[in-house]
Amino acid sequence: MERINSPQTLEEFRQAVISKRDPNQAVITICTGTGCHASGCHQVVAAFKKVLSEHPEGKRVNLRMTGCHGFCEKGPLVVLHPKKILYQKVKPENAQEIFEETVLKGEIIDSLLYAHPTTGEKIVHEDEVPFYKKQMRIIFGNNGSIDPASIEDYIAVGGYRALPKALLSMTPEAIIKEVKEANLRGRGGGGFPAGVKWESCRKAHGDTKHVICNADEGDPGAYMDRSLLEGNPHSVLEGMIIGAFAIGSHEGYVYVRNEYPLAVINIGIAIQQAKDLGLLGKNILGSGFDFDVKISRGGGAFVCGESSALVASVAGDVGEPRAKHIHLVESGLWDRPTNLNNVETWANVPVIILNGAKWYAGIGTEGSKGTKIFSLVGKVNNTGLVEVPMGITLREIVYEIGGGIPGGKKFKAVQTGGPSGGCIPESLIDLTVDFDRLTEAGSMMGSGGMIVMDESTCMVDVAKYFMNFLKDESCGKCTSCREGTKRMHEILTDISEGKGTIDQIDLLGELGWATAEASLCQLGGTASNPVLSTLRYFRKEYEDHILNKRCLAKVCRSLLTYRILSEACKMCGACAKACSADAIIGKKKSKKVEGIPYKIDAEKCIKCGMCFESCKFGAVEVQ
Amino acid sequence: MIPFVIDGQPVEGKEESNLLQVALDAGIEIPNLCYNESVKPYGACRLCLVEVVRNKRSRLTASCTYPVQPGIEVHTRTDKVLRARRMMMELLLAMCPGDQRLQEMAKEMGVKEVRFKKGDKDCILCGLCARVCDEVVGAHAIQFYSRGDRREMGAPFAGEAMNCIACGACVIVCPVNVIGMEEKADERTITRWKRTLKMKQCKVCGNTFAPWFQVENFREKANLPKDFFDVCYTCRS
Repeated sequence: MERINSPQTLEEFRQAVISKRDPNQAVITICTGTGCHASGCHQVVAAFKKVLSEHPEGKRVNLRMTGCHGFCEKGPLVVLHPKKILYQKVKPENAQEIFEETVLKGEIIDSLLYAHPTTGEKIVHEDEVPFYKKQMRIIFGNNGSIDPASIEDYIAVGGYRALPKALLSMTPEAIIKEVKEANLRGRGGGGFPAGVKWESCRKAHGDTKHVICNADEGDPGAYMDRSLLEGNPHSVLEGMIIGAFAIGSHEGYVYVRNEYPLAVINIGIAIQQAKDLGLLGKNILGSGFDFDVKISRGGGAFVCGESSALVASVAGDVGEPRAKHIHLVESGLWDRPTNLNNVETWANVPVIILNGAKWYAGIGTEGSKGTKIFSLVGKVNNTGLVEVPMGITLREIVYEIGGGIPGGKKFKAVQTGGPSGGCIPESLIDLTVDFDRLTEAGSMMGSGGMIVMDESTCMVDVAKYFMNFLKDESCGKCTSCREGTKRMHEILTDISEGKGTIDQIDLLGELGWATAEASLCQLGGTASNPVLSTLRYFRKEYEDHILNKRCLAKVCRSLLTYRILSEACKMCGACAKACSADAIIGKKKSKKVEGIPYKIDAEKCIKCGMCFESCKFGAVEVQ
Repeated sequence: MIPFVIDGQPVEGKEESNLLQVALDAGIEIPNLCYNESVKPYGACRLCLVEVVRNKRSRLTASCTYPVQPGIEVHTRTDKVLRARRMMMELLLAMCPGDQRLQEMAKEMGVKEVRFKKGDKDCILCGLCARVCDEVVGAHAIQFYSRGDRREMGAPFAGEAMNCIACGACVIVCPVNVIGMEEKADERTITRWKRTLKMKQCKVCGNTFAPWFQVENFREKANLPKDFFDVCYTCRS
């Protein structure tokens, strides 16, 4: 490929790519993101390849494997362009029918359409599905239409248009001003204004400066950065090049965890393609600006998402945070000025440069501008990745986009901000989602995890789960975080096992406060959020566990008792067979034998719940 | 010199020095365990917490890792500071209930009881031993391994510390005195790191004075003549 050395050649290249494409050509896009991968999209891809190769008309159709579309609940997803017909839960055996009926004849296959969960109405087009309708996909939108391994695809949809604008018609100061005016706040969790950070880094003393993309997304259940890097790596790269130019850096790193193999591969391909085209390397687009990006693979420690630990890890040291009284923008990677932003933040940059700060600042709330990608998971009908404007309410996300709670259960709380975030109760469901409101509610934006919980979720158990994660993932350097998380987990375990005392509620509060105040980095600084927020909103549940030895959500096993209702017992013996502790006695009924209703020996019962699961007649009662 | 205020008292600190050192030099007591002026501050034990007011914003921070800055106000004995320090002490004491130094400090700080389950560790994971070994001795014999509540200090693969020169610097610097050193016949052992080394005998007085491995190590590093350490320090001077 020939190097592009001016904005004109880039534009010519774009036009050449576009002119080769027929806007009315049939394109079958198949989501090959992480979620659909798990639901078997690769077999679907193979089936389509076979169908297309065997049919004489197959050559006219473009089959495209794209990144994550976001609607993971309904994967594998297939979207047929140009009409944007959405087929969900597609199986390999549907390939033939989709091709023959829909692609060739234009007939819609009813059984593969998405049905509205309440009305049952079938929806044909992707953008009419309620899950997508309320979203504003300015960052994530291209994921569904481009092949992440093709730079032409990215350029065809208008990619690398912000780059020449920034490099050749704007000064670094003007770019920083634009980003500041757009009030782009860091999407990694802290919410620090990116423009301010860039400015400090630009002004910092030092010949060599670094920009780093933080792709060490480690929150359980969160995968938006992963999906961006997998599905649209060039948008992140474009943001980094613009940022580096504004800051005056010539060397960038993408720190990505090795547990994200596809993200590592796709960003690697993107870097190579950009180098080949001359969008990375020496004299980018004839501007005289040089910039190169390297990949640094992380080992997957949660703490390495903390900026100073990340920088240590890139340098090959142990990923341990240090006190940041001297900021990374002054002294970061190899003691040089370093600007670190996360994947989503970088991907916002081209959008801001292209559309202007004014347009961008028109989206969102007073203190939080633009959109935010959340990974909506847990007890909600439509799990997946959603990109929404800041200022949307939790209710809209959970009920309109998420489609409500499955199984007719009652909503209980939303956990936002990952393990160090907090739980927001039903009374705050109309809370507008932005950086400041979430913090006020005792939670945080974090990198955008959003776990929905229903009445069958025990809040003590939730706090215990996150504390277990944090005590394992704390680096262990400072007493407050290492011992604090360990002891909070210990107390929560006691409470969930009915061994807690009422004094321990206050002790948890005091310990949580001290851990947050005394810790060296923000992992410890926010580690007590799961405990403090559940204590704040669900104190009664804690008290119930301690005083009444009762878990109303029926989650904390030690507090449950299992009983077989003898009048309901059909004497089938399924429970006794399932019991690994030999705790169930009775006699199986048959034509010849009378049978004795089964009973649980409470002494022997290990409360595993297998009898409850195995009984088809609802004869096992849990209390 | 950079002027600032600790507990209402004007003080001055050298550029690049830290709050804890300046306070200690000025006779202001701040409890600490993981700090030693011969190595870089680390901020692990969190006992030296103070409240710093800068640009009208107040926050708790470890004083050992906080660089002196002009115009800041430092408070070492506010309720908030004492309350957080007490919790840190309680956590340390719960972790290592047998440490005498900890018990004494806890008493002074007003920690009356430990409300957590008692652990069975002796090391408080302050990392001073490894930092001295890295920064002062240059032997890099020991280090932290694992993370979270499984963190330990030790030799590579929890075996014998093969880089250890048995100089005993870690023994001296350990704030809770849990690194043992023994000398028997012509051998010196650092028990915690499972390291035993043969001692060198002085050609003049006949006394053993330092491990062979150590003097060879020093001789090579400093490029000294082969017979430099044949005679002990006392006989040489």
